[in-house]
Amino acid sequence: MLIVTEGLTKRFGQVTAVSDLTVSIDTGVVGLIGANGAGKSTLIKMLLGLLPATDGSATVLDLDVATAGTEIRERVGYMPEHDCLPPDVSATDFVVHMARMSGLPATAARERTADILRHVGLYEERYRPIGGYSTGMRQRVKLGQALVHDPQLVFLDEPTNGLDPAGRDDMLGLIARINSDFGISVLVTSHLLGELERVCDHIVVIDAGRLLRATSTADVTAVSEVVIVEVDEPADPLAALLEAAGLTVRVVGRLLEVELRDDSAYDIVRDTVVKAGLGLIRMERRRHRMAEIFETAGSPG
Amino acid sequence: MSTPTPSAGVIHDIGYRHYSGERRGRRYIRRSLYADSLRGAYGLGRSARNKITPAILFAVMCLPAAVMVAITAATNGSELVGEYTSYVLNLQMVVLIYVAAQAPALVSRDLRFGVMSLYFSRPLERVDYVVAKYLAMASAVFVLTMAPLTIMFVGALIVGLPISDQVPDYLRAAGGAGLLSLILGGIALVIAGITPRRGLAVAAIIAVLLVLSGVQAVLQGIAQAEGYDGAVYFSLLSPFTLVQGIQSSLLGGSSPLPEPPGVTGALAFLGVAVLLIAVSFAALQWRYRRVAAK
Repeated sequence: MLIVTEGLTKRFGQVTAVSDLTVSIDTGVVGLIGANGAGKSTLIKMLLGLLPATDGSATVLDLDVATAGTEIRERVGYMPEHDCLPPDVSATDFVVHMARMSGLPATAARERTADILRHVGLYEERYRPIGGYSTGMRQRVKLGQALVHDPQLVFLDEPTNGLDPAGRDDMLGLIARINSDFGISVLVTSHLLGELERVCDHIVVIDAGRLLRATSTADVTAVSEVVIVEVDEPADPLAALLEAAGLTVRVVGRLLEVELRDDSAYDIVRDTVVKAGLGLIRMERRRHRMAEIFETAGSPG
Repeated sequence: MSTPTPSAGVIHDIGYRHYSGERRGRRYIRRSLYADSLRGAYGLGRSARNKITPAILFAVMCLPAAVMVAITAATNGSELVGEYTSYVLNLQMVVLIYVAAQAPALVSRDLRFGVMSLYFSRPLERVDYVVAKYLAMASAVFVLTMAPLTIMFVGALIVGLPISDQVPDYLRAAGGAGLLSLILGGIALVIAGITPRRGLAVAAIIAVLLVLSGVQAVLQGIAQAEGYDGAVYFSLLSPFTLVQGIQSSLLGGSSPLPEPPGVTGALAFLGVAVLLIAVSFAALQWRYRRVAAK
């Protein structure tokens, strides 16, 4: 197990940032999802051994966060949410410096920096001062410094924040590669439900510091018992016909959501559409969306 | 490393390589942070703009020493023009501006741009950061003050003055420079560590040190004019005169200032110096405990 927490709790005075959190996270790409202020950053700082827990315990890479913070920070990389780059140095000089701060000898630090900046997609611009970089380039430098010492696990706090859609796609692609090509496990946070579906193997959802759900992405986005039907004319007449044929139907804009009792429903839809003389554009099983976690999950499970 | 082909300059992706080499501990990290910070105090490894101020101040600090050597050579004097033991005191404005300009470059910058969160996520501890930055700042001031003294020393030997005449005062001045570096570095870092805003930190350090120097000079002047016995103790007010007092009473050498009387006076001066260093260090530790908790 990569990360295990047992009743982990953090209180700042009256405010409870993380509340009785018990979760086990295995290797791979894990998405930590929650609204802003849900306790994601606090949890990461506790897992780095930087904030002592008020109650409960946690291990990272089988090391106790309360006693082995230094050892954890040798093996883990961290990309903070906020800006953390000085403008007056080049990306190369800065990442070399951060590699040395992780204990790498000078020569190794330079070699690893050249490698990792190439992997995150910084080329000629890496010799220019960071002050002139775009948001996308800054995010790459932040990612580079988190990976330069070849950690076993990397914490990425809101890595897609502030990026345009193309930059967001690039970053998500990089995150997938960190795990698949580099063999480094990833814990990535986001307040956006949709975007992590594509890259995460597991999803942990927290709200107000409490665990809402910990599950594999496959479970969340599994096919549901609903068929989506789209035809080339307004859907309401067809809905009436299908209901007359004994199916439960919901009209959602131009689409129909038909409940799937058994496979005969497909035949009924097909026959009804043909009889009505309509053109069938699409008929597919709907996938669950991650947003439904919040609609259905009230209690941990 | 990948090898670009000469014609196209294509970079071949050779895939990710894991690092299996040595990972050194906190001592190495502290030393690296010290070295990089000391370089940073002279703008090395920073953008060109950051090199200008320290380079100009370094030149201004050394220029009078070079001129003294030149005059000595030109006049064929049997003694070096100018004193090692009062050189730094006479050029205290240059040293003052240097610490005001560069202490914020060492610490305010890390606070301002959020770099602290990256340091704290690595295997160094808070105390490592404080020790490395403190020693780097003190070393930077030491380099600034020792450079002109060394120019005088080497110049005197080249001109052909006997080495035995030069060594004692050179070493006395070096002792004073070392102590001054620790005191000034501490005070400047404490002030710079309060604010992430560089301009504010520069102004605050100049203001504090200038006020201390000014108050010291005025009060000591009045007291001396009035013939007051305790006039010497006004030297405690400014780091420059404090160090000058310790240097002249414990190490010897000529001084334009009144000398602390006897053992009591010397111990009082030394006590204040040690206290200043200890309080500066403790204040930095306290300040960074709060930074880390954020």
